[in-house]
Amino acid sequence: MLREAYVVAAKDLRVEARSHVARTQVVPFALVVVVLFGLALDPDRGLLTRAAPGLLWVTVLLTTLLATQRSLALESADRAVDQLRLSGVDPAAVFLGKAAALSIQLLLVVSALALGVVVLYGAVLASPLLLVASALLATAGLALAGTLYGAVAAGLRVRETLVPLLVLPVVAPVLLGATRAWEAGVGLAVSDGWPWVRLLVAFTVVFGAAGVLAFGPLLEEA
Amino acid sequence: MGSAIHLRSAMALLGRFPALAGVDLDVSQGEIVLVEGPNGAGKTSLLRACAGLLRLSAGSGTVLGVDLSKGGRPRGVGFLGHSAGLYDDLNPRENVEFRARLWGIPPAGAAAALERVGLEGRLQNVTVAQLSAGQRRRVGLAALAVVRPRLWLLDEPHAGLDASAREQLDSVLGEAAAEGAAILLASHEIEHVGRIVSRSVCIDRGRIALEPAELTTDSVHVA
Repeated sequence: MLREAYVVAAKDLRVEARSHVARTQVVPFALVVVVLFGLALDPDRGLLTRAAPGLLWVTVLLTTLLATQRSLALESADRAVDQLRLSGVDPAAVFLGKAAALSIQLLLVVSALALGVVVLYGAVLASPLLLVASALLATAGLALAGTLYGAVAAGLRVRETLVPLLVLPVVAPVLLGATRAWEAGVGLAVSDGWPWVRLLVAFTVVFGAAGVLAFGPLLEEA
Repeated sequence: MGSAIHLRSAMALLGRFPALAGVDLDVSQGEIVLVEGPNGAGKTSLLRACAGLLRLSAGSGTVLGVDLSKGGRPRGVGFLGHSAGLYDDLNPRENVEFRARLWGIPPAGAAAALERVGLEGRLQNVTVAQLSAGQRRRVGLAALAVVRPRLWLLDEPHAGLDASAREQLDSVLGEAAAEGAAILLASHEIEHVGRIVSRSVCIDRGRIALEPAELTTDSVHVA
């Protein structure tokens, strides 16, 4: 299954590398949102710094919606999903592969945004290990939930509008956990950030397991 | 030759519309069978049902030994529909290699398969989005050729192909049948496919209606 997941992930990443959508649209979109937040809150530099983790992860959430739609569109555009189904590949491998590719793209977005909030908001990356661990888990959780709920909506005509409605409420724990962990990671919170990392671990495990179990029937309906 | 497709009173729905209304059909390994019929007759639905992409709502069907009525999906079925199932941002070689890897087959034969269908040199390295409709179908055909399915299901495979591409397609199909693969193809272009098919069946309003005598070498049950 891991080999098949790797094949699917490598394909998705190659498509993204070729299409330049992530580099020319998704990442710039995320940076524009950060800049707009900066413009809106600029008079109060202290507020901007305090709000930086939350603003960053709200931006990542919005970016997740774009990237999820894009990931699904790859399979539906020329009915490539039929070929996935006929190939005999384990649907769980398709799920994990697509989520892995999405997660890697989101990590790149987080990296760009982290640089952005340091430069624009004056945030200080005080605890790199905590920041990296929470970013890895949060992007994995977002990618798993996005891929799963994207598949739920894939067979519907209203999927473009339905995906945000389905995904955003579900990923609220990721927003909460990642924001709190990053507040600790940039030295804004007195409390320890690691309990929030455990929340992210739980979320990732739950949605990973749910996707592995449910993606087969969902792929059939796509 | 063993049975590749065995359908009895097979019915399938598209929403509430009966796409297949009781189809009886047998196709053996090594046979090339043409399905003809007017638009909306059920040709594509028949192919999708045989692939396990459209569930049977009633009746029975066995494809490559897998019972379709129990929701099974046969292994070793290659399907080329109106869409070729390609990724626009990858080049033809990458698309064919990906398909091979999905099937667990070494992708080394991708370039040769593309050359076989007339896509050589430069055309293997441009993105699929830059190709014409006919060239895209060639890539889809190459992707099937490289995985060597035991059952080929082709929906209007000659559409958009020029004369040389049609020759290449016929050659690929003839070779596959000679190796024992069963081929069920839907087409309006009977004059082009007539010389390679073993027999043909007509479908109308979701039922096998008749079989043209001049092509028939085997019996088809009329529902």
